[in-house]
Amino acid sequence: MPLISCDGISKIYKMGEVEIKALNNISLEISKSQFVSFIGPSGSGKTTMLNLFGVLDKPTSGTLKVIDADISKLDYVQRAKFRGEHMGFIFQNFNLIPVLTVYENVEYPLIMVKSTPVKERKAKVLSLLDAVGMLDQKDKLINQISGGQKQRAAIARALTTDPKIVLADEPTANLDHESAFKVMSLMKKLSHEVGTTFIFSTHDPKIVKEADIIYTLEDGILTKREERSKG
Amino acid sequence: MNNIIKIAFRNLYRQKRRSLLTMGIVAFGVLAVLLFSATAGSFKNVMISEITDSMLGHIQIHAKGYINSMDNLPLDNTLQAKQIEQMEKILDEIPEIESYSYRILLGGMLSNYLESTSAKFSAIIPAKETQVVPLLENRLMEGTFLKKGEILLPELITKGFDSKIGDDIVLVATNADGSLNGQNFKITGIMESVMGPTGKYGYIHFDDAQTLLRMNELQVSEVAIRLKDFGDVKKVYRILNEKLGEIKNPKGIEVFEIHTWENLSPFYNIAQMIDMMALFIQIILIGIVLVSIMNVMIMAVYERTKEIGSISAMGTLPSKIRWMFIFEGFFLGVFGSIIGLVVSLIAIFIVNISHLTIAFGRNSIILLQPEVSISQIGLTALIVIIVSIIAVMEPAFKASKLEPIEALRQN
Ligand SMILES: Nc1ncnc2c1ncn2[C@@H]1O[C@H](COP(=O)(O)OP(=O)(O)OP(=O)(O)O)[C@@H](O)[C@H]1O
Ligand SMILES: [Mg+2]
Repeated sequence: MPLISCDGISKIYKMGEVEIKALNNISLEISKSQFVSFIGPSGSGKTTMLNLFGVLDKPTSGTLKVIDADISKLDYVQRAKFRGEHMGFIFQNFNLIPVLTVYENVEYPLIMVKSTPVKERKAKVLSLLDAVGMLDQKDKLINQISGGQKQRAAIARALTTDPKIVLADEPTANLDHESAFKVMSLMKKLSHEVGTTFIFSTHDPKIVKEADIIYTLEDGILTKREERSKG
Repeated sequence: MNNIIKIAFRNLYRQKRRSLLTMGIVAFGVLAVLLFSATAGSFKNVMISEITDSMLGHIQIHAKGYINSMDNLPLDNTLQAKQIEQMEKILDEIPEIESYSYRILLGGMLSNYLESTSAKFSAIIPAKETQVVPLLENRLMEGTFLKKGEILLPELITKGFDSKIGDDIVLVATNADGSLNGQNFKITGIMESVMGPTGKYGYIHFDDAQTLLRMNELQVSEVAIRLKDFGDVKKVYRILNEKLGEIKNPKGIEVFEIHTWENLSPFYNIAQMIDMMALFIQIILIGIVLVSIMNVMIMAVYERTKEIGSISAMGTLPSKIRWMFIFEGFFLGVFGSIIGLVVSLIAIFIVNISHLTIAFGRNSIILLQPEVSISQIGLTALIVIIVSIIAVMEPAFKASKLEPIEALRQN
């Protein structure tokens, strides 16, 4: 049973008279615990693809099933609940909440999205902060830590609710090489440890190497699927 | 909910200067409202008690039609002995009434054997009268208060009329039948004028008026009533109207007419204007709070679009996002009110200790002693907080309806 299955999905943006086919007839399946990457030039449809997987958007046509749910049938609030339940997000710009500390940011989804009991919450947050190596930074505010640290905190935040899928749109684009590698290997390690499916997009061919499966998009069309042997 | 409040609070703190400025504007509005209503209210209360306690009383009863023809002080339209008896029974049964007194109002000629002048007088029973209008004696500018055979001249007449305290004077008046009669009085005092219907009258004793006007039995032009609690005026007015309204003359026409101080004193219009101004200032406060809070909150939503997009992507429900902003606006209102309240209380205290006075009329200097009631404070704070919540609604709903993808694309 695949975690995500797309059957002939397209996404068309209408800008006045002009129609932009951001995704064109894409069919693919992603199964559990994979480390999946989407690459392609700017404007090829990577973000659009990840937004669909992340249940942030609906396809214009075709069927998209995420964890057995037909996404087209969910309304705004149902999609929000679905995301809270099953999804984790890592953003290019980190998007941590600036008024909260590192600890509180990681804790946020457990309070605001799921109502996890205090004790359980604390244990979870501390173990994740430990896993991403941010335990010693936990009481700092977001503007007091570096980009790489922010992204590690964001990874911890994306994982607190034990999501089945974590989506990361260009998670390393705002990081230097060294930090980018650290973040990637951390994501990969955690994906195998916790059994979460990571789907990320990137421009950077060096970073892609970490992926189990690499999809290449060009002008909204899926042009290539590469599978790498694990290890 | 705790976390929502925490985030709202920290967001305010993040924009410290802006939040303080907004709270300052709200506080200024609160200050304007409280300071105005306290000062104007104090002025109003002093004026009302000055008028009601020095001349008018709280409620007055006359024979039907008397007030309309008051300029002539008609002696043929007075309350008669029988009617007075009926009325007394009713007045004595109303527990809110503290005391009442009878007056005969008359016009006449004063003559000191050299010159003469016309004047109006209120004939009173001094012991009763001072219970109803306790400040009456304070109006005595010089001399002593009234006894039988004595006359208190109005301040106005003493100018240009050459009589002093201790002099004898003759008061000549026409009675109800039209026959003229004169009586000797000793001048014992001068009464200060006040604003209002009988504010420029002189005073003689009730018994003297009865003799002068050759009244065989009790007749009264005016009954002045004092209540235990000034706040009961409307209530007692209603009771009196109902009970006295039942008393009719043989032709079936009501005998009594009842007026509250409001109907009788021109100051009531000023008092109403003060209330109107207080209302206007309150409306301005509402405008200030509405605009300033809506403004910062719209700005906050705009600046935090990306942040809203990311928490919305993570699955935060729209209702929670809404609450975050509502609390932010709410706190702005609450803290603004608190600051405003503290500043207002300090300002009111300062006005009180600096003994500010206002000259009212020709010679009464009023000491301003502003005070705010708990209910006024509560009402003002409530208005501010409710308006803050209303002001934040639009931006809060806008934030909760942002599409996460669109919001995240913002730079
Ligand atoms: N909301 C939108 N309205 C109109 N057109 C859009 C919208 N979002 C994306 N597009 C268009 O769809 C196409 C795919 O965009 P998408 O953002 O998915 O590309 P991408 O591969 O993520 O590019 P990049 O590497 O620059 O992030 C582009 O041509 C883009 O201009
Ligand atoms: Mg993109």
